[in-house]
Amino acid sequence: MSASAAPAPPQTDERVAKVNPIRQFFSRPEAGAISGAIAIWLVFALYPVSQAGFLSARGTASYLEVAAELGILAVPVALLMIGGEFDLSIGSVIGICGMVTAMLATEIGWNIWPALAVALLVALAIGALNGFIVVRTGLPSFIVTLATLFMVRGLTIALTRLVTGRTQIGKLKEAAGYDSAAFIFAKEIPIGGITLPVSILWWIGLVIVGTWLLQRTQFGNWIYGVGGNPHAARNVGVPVDKVKIILFMCTAASAWLLSTIQATTYGGTDVLRGENREFYAIIAAVIGGNLLTGGFGSVVGAAFGALIYGMIQQGVVYAGIDADWVQFFLGAMLLVAVLVNRAIRARAMGGK
Amino acid sequence: MTDRTSGIPDSPIEVPPGRQGQTPLLDLRHVSKHFGRVIALSDVSINVYPGEVMCLLGDNGAGKSTLIKVLCGVHQPSDGAYLVEGTPVRFTSPREALDAGIGTVYQDLAMIPLMSVARNFFLGSEPTKGVVPFRRFDLEFADKVTREEMAKMGIILRDTNQPVGTLSGGERQCVAIARAVYFGAKVLILDEPTAALGVKEASVVLRYIAQARARGLGVVFITHNVDHAYPIGDRFTILNRGRSYGTFTKAEVSHAEVMKMMAGGEELETLAKELEKYENPNTIAAINAASGN
Repeated sequence: MSASAAPAPPQTDERVAKVNPIRQFFSRPEAGAISGAIAIWLVFALYPVSQAGFLSARGTASYLEVAAELGILAVPVALLMIGGEFDLSIGSVIGICGMVTAMLATEIGWNIWPALAVALLVALAIGALNGFIVVRTGLPSFIVTLATLFMVRGLTIALTRLVTGRTQIGKLKEAAGYDSAAFIFAKEIPIGGITLPVSILWWIGLVIVGTWLLQRTQFGNWIYGVGGNPHAARNVGVPVDKVKIILFMCTAASAWLLSTIQATTYGGTDVLRGENREFYAIIAAVIGGNLLTGGFGSVVGAAFGALIYGMIQQGVVYAGIDADWVQFFLGAMLLVAVLVNRAIRARAMGGK
Repeated sequence: MTDRTSGIPDSPIEVPPGRQGQTPLLDLRHVSKHFGRVIALSDVSINVYPGEVMCLLGDNGAGKSTLIKVLCGVHQPSDGAYLVEGTPVRFTSPREALDAGIGTVYQDLAMIPLMSVARNFFLGSEPTKGVVPFRRFDLEFADKVTREEMAKMGIILRDTNQPVGTLSGGERQCVAIARAVYFGAKVLILDEPTAALGVKEASVVLRYIAQARARGLGVVFITHNVDHAYPIGDRFTILNRGRSYGTFTKAEVSHAEVMKMMAGGEELETLAKELEKYENPNTIAAINAASGN
């Protein structure tokens, strides 16, 4: 607080007019990710080698599909991060959900829908357990969910091998109810000579719902409060523990959704599905301007974070660069994003 | 722990002049609080009437925090009676005290800096509109009320969407107090609202407290800063080591007397003598010589 603050109270609202719209945009959490996405799009669109492929309808569809698969996870991961917590376990929840569905549908011969419902319950139970341990013990969610990440992955591999003797299960397309499930989760929508996977619609839908939830509902206000200062939030009657547990269940549910999309698209699954996805989702959320310490962030930002990932992943292929470089670029983006977002937040807070 | 309810008088202790026959909003009679064998409060009686600022003064460790926690429902008195508007109460949580009209504004746990003013104002009690799956936070209403409530107290907000962190410390306290008033507080318990504020910012808060008093609220103003308490207070209760030195109206005590009682009197005198020594040039020379300069 500078000493120059606190001028005499009677003033009019005229000061509102002085806010520059460009400056206002740059004080928003998603500003960095949106600018970054435009910059990366320009790089691949202007680079002669990648230009043709990247700008084609197929090229666009390919990076949107990659972005969608990550973006589905990034929405609840961003909400949870604004709520002040992490979830590293989602990668292995993707694995276990696929295996539960596939084993029930192919080994036991269930209809795919009840199999999917059981997998969703498993995911929600893991999310609730993560949340419960975190709120009860006050341990950092980083450590708690790192433990569940390993436990769930190990359990998935061990049980699958014990029951089936393999680590992959196919033939999901022969299961009863597969066609209707594929229509919901794996449909290819033809648009102008190319096909777009329905996962893109799921992604866009989740971003809209997530943004509405965060910005326009009571629960959204609680998410900000819980992440910003849990003690203050509790003092004014916010059910802090409940909010956090629900958010952990949401991240687990998004892992189930991604697992279902992948399993129905490929007609099978692998125990290692979703490996490292937890890190990519966190990268997307952080690039999107979500503050690691909670209380500040944006779902739209996380969506642009996922879009950046999709464009880099597919762009380097069209640019003829070895795909080994993707990780390097992504890491560099993360570092730049953290630095840029720090400056944005200082601007939002200090107005300097 | 002994129960002494039989010994509780049936009328307020220390009725201020002109208040005979009125019921205080909040009334503690011979309250004590023990933690095991530690006596944090011993036989403290305070009350606050509508339209009055009661200052609770005391140095660190005087028992102010314990008293606040008794008032706002975090602790229950070990002994003595607690009455709200004439009815004996026994709060088991801050929420119950809040529902009874006792709003507590904590020094540093009141606001979330990265959230907007309007969002902070309604956190935990958000107004909603619409039916269940589409029920939403009525932000327009929240903005309007926040703006109005702050304007009533003479603070014009530039933008209710600005983060609370961009407000000055004094304005932040005012938002917290305005929130407590808006949500039905009849008594405000302000825990060190002017600590860590500059002179100008503290005056913003003090002006606001005067506004609240003018609206008929009772205010318990807890502080160790006599300079802030004396101009605004109607009555002063001085705590020292868990005991009350008594309650005084402004007519009964001077600024200097309050100061003296708070510090335990003789300690301040000793300090004054000690300080005098440093003003003597010979002493300074002696100190310099001793430190080898």
